[in-house]
Amino acid sequence: MSTISAVAAHDDHHGPEKGLLRWVKTTNHKDIGTLYLWFAFSMLLLGGAFAMGIRAELLHPGLQLMDPQFFNQLTTMHGLIMVFGAIMPAFVGLANWLIPMMVGAPDMALPRLNNWSFWVLPFAGAILLSTFFMEGGAPAFGWTFYAPLSTTFAPDSTDFFIFAIHLLGFSSIMGAINIIATVLNMKAPEMRLMDMPLFVWTWLITSFLLIGAMPVLAGAVTMMLTDRNFGTAFFDATGGGDPVMFQHIFWFFGHPEVYIMILPAFGVISHILPTFARKPLFGYASMVYATASIAFLSYIVWAHHMFLTGMPVAGELYFMYATMLIAVPTGVKVFNWVATIWKGSMTFETPMLWALSFVILFTIGGFSGLMLGIVPADIQYHDTYFVVAHFHYVLVTGALWGIIAAVFYWLPKWTGKMYNETLGKVHFWWAMISVNVVFFPQHFLGLAGMPRRIPDYSLQFADFNYISSIGGFAFGLSFVLFAYIVVDCIRNGKPADSRPWYSAKGLEWTLSSPAPYHSFNTPPTRAEILEESQHS
Amino acid sequence: MERKKITKGFWIKLVSIPILMFFFAFALVPIYEVLCEITGFNGTTGRVEAEQQYQVNEERLVTVSFFASTMPGFPVQFGPKVNSIEVVPGKFYTVSYVAKNNTDEIVFGQAIPSVAPTDAALHFKKLECFCFVRQAFKPHEEVEMALRFVIEPEMEERIKDVSLSYNFFKLDS
Repeated sequence: MSTISAVAAHDDHHGPEKGLLRWVKTTNHKDIGTLYLWFAFSMLLLGGAFAMGIRAELLHPGLQLMDPQFFNQLTTMHGLIMVFGAIMPAFVGLANWLIPMMVGAPDMALPRLNNWSFWVLPFAGAILLSTFFMEGGAPAFGWTFYAPLSTTFAPDSTDFFIFAIHLLGFSSIMGAINIIATVLNMKAPEMRLMDMPLFVWTWLITSFLLIGAMPVLAGAVTMMLTDRNFGTAFFDATGGGDPVMFQHIFWFFGHPEVYIMILPAFGVISHILPTFARKPLFGYASMVYATASIAFLSYIVWAHHMFLTGMPVAGELYFMYATMLIAVPTGVKVFNWVATIWKGSMTFETPMLWALSFVILFTIGGFSGLMLGIVPADIQYHDTYFVVAHFHYVLVTGALWGIIAAVFYWLPKWTGKMYNETLGKVHFWWAMISVNVVFFPQHFLGLAGMPRRIPDYSLQFADFNYISSIGGFAFGLSFVLFAYIVVDCIRNGKPADSRPWYSAKGLEWTLSSPAPYHSFNTPPTRAEILEESQHS
Repeated sequence: MERKKITKGFWIKLVSIPILMFFFAFALVPIYEVLCEITGFNGTTGRVEAEQQYQVNEERLVTVSFFASTMPGFPVQFGPKVNSIEVVPGKFYTVSYVAKNNTDEIVFGQAIPSVAPTDAALHFKKLECFCFVRQAFKPHEEVEMALRFVIEPEMEERIKDVSLSYNFFKLDS
């Protein structure tokens, strides 16, 4: 009798372990979400530091600070760290924190695998970064690592890069499997698929992109590895291989990858806009179907990155039209967001500011993407700064904006404290203005013909590069304020209500703030689920 | 209501997707090769085993231009003997490329062909080519290497110019 009650008591009071080992051994989805988010933020600062180096060199024409080889290492590592170290782990962190709470599950389906998925990352990151200190330097062939630049002509450190990519991919695949299992099996029994909040839906679809695309990347780097070390000739023309095939395999992964980085942000925005417009989300079902269509289309448009490889006209036409087709479901989403805020009683708290600017700036990035998808125009734009401007508008003011919006929106739930609203607004306007100063002039540079990935440029590009660099330093500095706001919130924030945003919907807001270490041991009822539904 | 129990079949299905996709990456290699052969994509040229008889229209002329390049660090001078010739589709022609090894050592190399435009590559067939096998260049020796080819009359009428280029890659042995 006493044993049974002791066990029961133990279950009731089971909380986090004391000390630092808590973070190493934890299998709690909230702890692991926190680990992912801090890891992603530190990688963001590091990748940002590389970007500062790039912008410093490009401040003036000529070579001032570094030799071109090191510049190329910086552009390569900036891309790799931001994609695989910052954006992807940040979204997995958000998924860990939010998905179990949103579907009324006690934890992720595979808590130990979850711990492993995270702890692979710091080691993979360390291996990738250690290449800077190796003979021949870090990889300098761009984040797309086209063969033969990455096979025949690459430094020896490339093998470490390959291993790091294997580990990062492994971590993402395990994370995705965990999310699919959690959503499909752990959601409250009374919750139907079409009751699920959009963040859960977009992440479920993203997970299928991850388990479909990341293994192809693993295959590509494995082929590189055997080409470099074991005498195969996948990408070597003399042995019957073909370097152009590398681009096909890479972009077969690479195009789904760009949607992996944006779909969860679509989900975040679909939570924030209804809350601050005080209206249900417009067109919930069409949002789900649009997300699924984007995911499907992302697998069949990859060669629009390769219009200059000498493709038959029929191929160019197919990939151009298929690319244009993606604008349809994406347009559905953007119009749904606009319809959601239309005639709403809007207020402009910090998360709403980020969400609204996401809709505007991401759409600009989407439009420049459509321009790049037009074959005859792409011949002019290919590998210029126009491309750089395009993918920074969709990745910085798209993916990263979604992450920052999510952090401000759910920070009260995570920490139980409210951040400083005034500082939040200052930070928003600082970042919002500076990010446009960095990237908008790059459209003009690209249209004027400035190639990407070069440390030096001709004089006619000097003015816009100067503006872009000054904006870059200001934008970089804004993240120091961001870090201060988050730390200030954790330390000094005023206690937050369980539902700090008036009219926010979702099961996570039914929990106390901060969210208890263990939540939803008993699943929510049908009535609770319908009450907290975003749409209805 | 009870929470669902996760079945073994669910795990097997879920884990097999990434494993299958990993092998799919390798399956893309033969798929790509077949696709290039069928479509002439990437300027992949065809091959014929023996001289065939084609329907020949003596009036129709196509200009074939020859180009040559070598990979950086390949120490052999390499180029076509004539820069271009006019051919009648359906007839076989022989042209040659000249190569001279300027070093004191024997050099091994492999020539990789490419035909532009892509629509022509499909109908550019070679009977005999120095690119079929690897070449050994003896020190300071100048060699003439032959190429015998035909352009099939099925090639679209609108194509008046075809270019053939070779790139020489160094081999270790």
